[in-house]
Amino acid sequence: MATAAGVFTNTVFGFIRASIMFAAIASAGGELNGYTIAQAATYVWLGQALLAPIEAFGTREVSQRVHQGDVAIDLLRPTSFLGLHYAQKLGRSGFLLLGRGIPPLVVGALVTGLALPESPLSYLLGAFSLLLAITVAFLADMMVNLAAFWLLETRGLTIVYNAVMNLLSGFLIPILWFPDWLLTIARATPFPSMIQTPIDTLSGRVPPLEALPLVATQAGWLIVLALMAHLMLRAGVRSVEVQGG
Amino acid sequence: MTMPSTTPENPAEATSGGRASADGPASADGRAPTEGPAPADGPVIELRGLRRDYVVRAPVPGARRRRRQTVRAVDEISLAIAPGEAVGFVGANGAGKSTTIKMMTGILRPSSGSLRVLGRDPVPERRHLAREIGVVFGQRSQLWWDLPLRDSYRILGSMHRLTDRRRDERLARLVDGLDLGPFLGRPVRQLSLGQRMRGEVAAALLHSPRLVVLDEPTIGLDMVSKEGLRRFLREDRAERGTTLFLTTHDMNDVERLCERIVVVNSGTVAYDGALETFRQHLGAPRELIVDLAEPVDMLTLPGASTTSVSEADGIRHRIRFAGAELTVPTLLSAISSEADVRDLSLTEPAIEDLVRQIYTHGARPGRA
Repeated sequence: MATAAGVFTNTVFGFIRASIMFAAIASAGGELNGYTIAQAATYVWLGQALLAPIEAFGTREVSQRVHQGDVAIDLLRPTSFLGLHYAQKLGRSGFLLLGRGIPPLVVGALVTGLALPESPLSYLLGAFSLLLAITVAFLADMMVNLAAFWLLETRGLTIVYNAVMNLLSGFLIPILWFPDWLLTIARATPFPSMIQTPIDTLSGRVPPLEALPLVATQAGWLIVLALMAHLMLRAGVRSVEVQGG
Repeated sequence: MTMPSTTPENPAEATSGGRASADGPASADGRAPTEGPAPADGPVIELRGLRRDYVVRAPVPGARRRRRQTVRAVDEISLAIAPGEAVGFVGANGAGKSTTIKMMTGILRPSSGSLRVLGRDPVPERRHLAREIGVVFGQRSQLWWDLPLRDSYRILGSMHRLTDRRRDERLARLVDGLDLGPFLGRPVRQLSLGQRMRGEVAAALLHSPRLVVLDEPTIGLDMVSKEGLRRFLREDRAERGTTLFLTTHDMNDVERLCERIVVVNSGTVAYDGALETFRQHLGAPRELIVDLAEPVDMLTLPGASTTSVSEADGIRHRIRFAGAELTVPTLLSAISSEADVRDLSLTEPAIEDLVRQIYTHGARPGRA
C-alpha cells in the first residue's frame, strides 16, 4: 500500500519535473548545457526511480533510537553499529529499487521515452555507481542522525540537510545547469555523488570512460564520510558511556 | 480474589559449587583484553567499589543558569557472583539497578571502581561480551518490529555466527520451552506483551550465553505468562548451568528463580545473602485478608509473630504472618476451625517494604 502510494507520488512529480525541464530546454533551443529533451526525460525518471532506494530525503530511525535509548540494544549486538544499520539499509534499498524504482521508469519509457546508454558498460558502471551512491547517502544520513547524541531534537537539522541536499545533489535540476559559482560549491560536497553521478553514469549521458573519475570521486567521499561517521559514532557512544543515556 | 501462589520450593536444585568469596584471588588484575574466554573458575561477575555519578542540570530559583548537580546512582557496590549462581538484584525504583546492569554490559562507564564480567572489562570489550551474555531489557525490544518473529532469530543467529544446524536445534528447544510455535510466523508488532516477552527471552538465549542478564523480564505480564516464563528459565538453567542475574519488582520472580538475593538501596548493597536466610531473617511478612461469613471478634492463630486486625465489625480480618514460620494452608485451617471463610486474598511483601524492614531491623548481614 505504502509502496503503491509512493510509486504514484513519484510518478506524478516525475511528470511535473519533466514538463518544467522540457519547457526550459525548448526555450534554450533544444539543448541546454548538454541535455537534450530525451536525456532530460531520462534524468527526471531515473531521479524519481532512485529517490526511494537512495533514501535521499533521509531517515529518522537512528536518531529516534538514540533519543529513546534503544541505541543500548544496538550497542549490545555483537556486530558493529554502522554495519548493522548499513545491512538494514541495503535490504531496504534492494526492495525499494524493485518496488519503487521500476514503475517510474516504465511510465517514463512509455510516455516520454528514455535515452538508453550506448555502451553496455554503462549499466555495469552505473550499478556500481548506484551502490556507492546508496552508501554515501547512508553515511551522510547517518551523520545527521548521530547528531542526536548531542542535540535534543534533530528535526531542524534534517530540514536544513534536505534543502541543501535537494539542490546540491542535482536532484531538482542537473548541477551542470548551475551558475559556475554554485557548481563549484556543489562539486566540493558529497551531494552530487548521491544523485547526479549515478544518474549520469547509469543513463550513459556520461560515457563509461568519462564517468570513471566521477565514480572515483564517489568512492573518495565514501571513505571520507565513513571515517567521519565512525568518529562521530565513537564520540557519541563515549558520551553515552560517560554521561549516561 | 487472589489465590496464594505456589509455595516456593527449595530453589537450590541447580546449586552450583561453592560460592566464590568476595575476597578471593585477584584474578582480574592486570589481564589484557583477550579473545579467549574467561577462566571458568573465577567469578562470572565481579564488581569492586563500583560507583557511578550522573551530572544533571537543575534549574535554581532566582538564578539565571542551571546548576550542575551530581547525582550518585551507584555508590560503592562490591559483588562477586560465581559461575552457575542465580542472583536476584532487587531494590526500589531509582536504587541503581539499571545503572549497574548498564555498567555490567558495557553501555556505561563506571565513575570509579572496577568490574569484570566473564573476565572482561565491559566498556572496551563490549562486543566480545555481547557474544557471551544474553540480555533482556523488559522495557525495550531487541526483536525486529516489522519482521515475523522467526526472521529475528535468523538474523540473530547470523550475528552470533551460529551454524544453521546449531541455531535450528537451539531454536527448537526455545520454541518448545517457551511455547513460541503459535506465533513464530507473526510480525513482532502484532504480538501480545506476554508473547513478545517470551520472544525476547528466546532472543537472549539463542546463542546459549554463559551469563543471562534479565532486567525486569516479567514487567507487565499476567500470572500465567510470568509462571510460564519462570518455568522455562529454571529448566534452561538446570540444563546448561548458566549464571543468572535478574532485576525485578516481583518478589515471586526472585523466589522462583534465585538462590541468592542482593538488595540495593540508594546505590548501595543493603543485603546480600542466600534467599532462605533473607526470608528467615526478615520473617518476610505476608498479609492474608479473610472475609468471614459471621463476625468474629478475635481469631486465635498460630505463629509467634502473627498479628490480626479485624475490620468491618469482625467480618474482615487482616492477618500478617511470617512466611518462614507458617504456610498459608496451616493458617487457613486454623481460621476455618473457628469460622467460615467466605473470601480471602493474599498479598506478598513489596520490595520497598522489605528494604524498609532491613533498615528498621538495623541488621545488614552483607557478605562483605
